[in-house]
Amino acid sequence: MHTKTEHKHSTPLLVYLAVGGALLFLTVITVAVSYVDLGPFNLVVAIGIATFKAMLVALFFMHLYYDNKLFMAVFISGLMFLGIFIILTMFDTMKRDMIYEEVAKPIRPNAIIYEQPAATDQTDGQH
Amino acid sequence: MNIIPEKNYLTYPKGLKSWLFTLDHKRIGLMYLFAIMFFFLVGGIFALMIRLELFHPGQDFVSADTYNQLFTLHGAIMIFLFIIPSIPASLGNLILPLMLGAKDVAFPRLNLASWYIYVFGAMFAVYSMIAGAADTGWTFYTPYSIETNTAVISLTTGAFILGFSSIFTGLNFLVTIHKLRAPGMTWFKMPLFVWGLYATSIIQVVATPVLGITLLLLILERVAGIGIFNPALGGDPVLFQHFFWFYSHPAVYIMILPGMAIISELISVHSHKKIFGYKVIAYSSLAIAFISFLVWGHHMFVSGQSELAGMIFSFLTFFVGVPSGIKVFNWVATLYKGAVRFTTPMLYTFAFLILFTIGGLTGIFLGALSVDIHLHDTYFVVAHFHYTMMGGTVIAFFAGLHHWWPKIWGRMYNERIAKITAVLVFIGFNLTFIPQFIMGSHGMPRRYFDYLPQYQGMHELSTYGAYLLGTAFVIMAIYLIHSIFKGKPAGNNPWGGLTLEWQTTSPPDPHNFHEVPVWTHGPYDFDTIKVEPDLEKELETA
Ligand code: HEM
Ligand SMILES: [Cu+2]
Repeated sequence: MHTKTEHKHSTPLLVYLAVGGALLFLTVITVAVSYVDLGPFNLVVAIGIATFKAMLVALFFMHLYYDNKLFMAVFISGLMFLGIFIILTMFDTMKRDMIYEEVAKPIRPNAIIYEQPAATDQTDGQH
Repeated sequence: MNIIPEKNYLTYPKGLKSWLFTLDHKRIGLMYLFAIMFFFLVGGIFALMIRLELFHPGQDFVSADTYNQLFTLHGAIMIFLFIIPSIPASLGNLILPLMLGAKDVAFPRLNLASWYIYVFGAMFAVYSMIAGAADTGWTFYTPYSIETNTAVISLTTGAFILGFSSIFTGLNFLVTIHKLRAPGMTWFKMPLFVWGLYATSIIQVVATPVLGITLLLLILERVAGIGIFNPALGGDPVLFQHFFWFYSHPAVYIMILPGMAIISELISVHSHKKIFGYKVIAYSSLAIAFISFLVWGHHMFVSGQSELAGMIFSFLTFFVGVPSGIKVFNWVATLYKGAVRFTTPMLYTFAFLILFTIGGLTGIFLGALSVDIHLHDTYFVVAHFHYTMMGGTVIAFFAGLHHWWPKIWGRMYNERIAKITAVLVFIGFNLTFIPQFIMGSHGMPRRYFDYLPQYQGMHELSTYGAYLLGTAFVIMAIYLIHSIFKGKPAGNNPWGGLTLEWQTTSPPDPHNFHEVPVWTHGPYDFDTIKVEPDLEKELETA
């Protein structure tokens, strides 16, 4: 009973070839774009294309597109946890120099320890 | 009169080989039980040595360096070799397939492999003790763990390998729960023990690889000086702590969720009352599993992490308290108007309710950023995590062990002695750790082998408590082992439970059930179904 359903869903060769072609084409684009100076956006474009390629591989070569959606959920939750790890860690590593200045204030300004030494004291001491 | 079936999983097949190559989840569970109890003993002996040294200030019987090795070994053994595998791998393996009405777990060979991998990892840990035991603490913080001459590599390799055994168990349980439930057992008719193990398994599978990577990077740092964590090479030692706690905070829920799972089960059976808030308890396990991944930075408030991160993590930490609180309220509500029986498992369940609540609430104190700056790295933290891990997980483990012991061996222990022991455990535990809360809040730092004379009284109390606790465990070992040979046959359903493990013989058949059981009611339908405990008379007179 397993094989029957699998046969129905088995991917046509054409899809594999098309995806393979797309991957090669995107590789060419990646190389080509690297010759154009986009400033910081070179990195963005390169990572964007790479992500898209990884997605194609996962969806078609690794069959996530056809399989039980549970596998997709597992795959995505893996990425989500990785995202949580990186983002929350970056709240630390990117913000180390952001220090709040602490200004010390006496808790009870008129406590005995804050009184001026007697020699220079002129106004205090009455209350 | 109850009788023990001649052919059961303990007696058939026979011979050492049939045990070493067994694929039976019950035998593997038993092998795990022996292994973890052995390491509980070893870790416990280290703990008693630590307490002995701290009895008086100054050096008494070990040097400061040896002391550092003692607490490292105590922590590493208790965490990686005892508490992480404890409930899932021993009681989980033994009981989960029975509860589901399955013949075995989904992957019996993987199950056996996980036991051998555990033993293999344990050998590295034991080797590290001979080869100059590590002195870094179980947390292996850099840069010290890169510099020390002690056996860090073999111990971390051991923990790395043990991680695989943990992942295998988790994976196995996930598939088993998805695929092998008895006909009629829908997700919301599963016993709560199963829900708890399900949530635990998710964490095991998701978080443990990160520990593997962390320890591998640490080893590479030591061997090859790659410079990820070593500040001398431009690395970031605080990054190590992020990696480490991204695993280790969720790992504290790998420890406590199975404990909570046991309590949900026992509180209903031993009060013969339908569990209050079934769905909420089930969902809160999943909620805990998820939230546990968002709070790790609360271990790093004073480690040099950015102030912004500290505030975010402090804020997020308060959320973990919510699902834990929900569970506690539901358990207490279950007791209301129940027919509570003060059996040994129930005494441990009550102990859990008290101790875990203290442990959880002090966790909230520590999660408050400003309070933690005062309490971090003091004995207050030590007391907090012992209340959760020992007062929570270990007590729940003993509750479950006493609950399922008659199922596992077919025989009962002496209830009267067991109850007295439970009371001793409770007293010993509190005597050990309440003084630690007090001296911690007064500034006694953790991981120090000496202290100012002002703390001596508290340390003495704590040491007395520890030895009382140790004595209670020895008594427990004696009466439990005695019962294996001499105990009274317990019957199939000694406590009158409704879940499937009570419907087979005690001890169960090698194939669990003679025919596939069908699940026709909920796990806790004590309001509609009447069950007579086989031990009724004994329970009343003990
Ligand atoms: C309401 C739930 C909990 C909260 C809010 C909480 C919070 C905290 C915080 C803030 C710390 C860091 C203290 C410091 O180092 O200054 C801590 C330490 C610790 N907690 Fe918890 N905790 C909770 C539950 C648990 C549970 C259930 C366990 C174990 C079963 C556990 C085990 C530990 C351990 C082992 C440490 C010390 C780690 C080390 O530095 O060696 N906690 N907890
Ligand atoms: Cu934590």
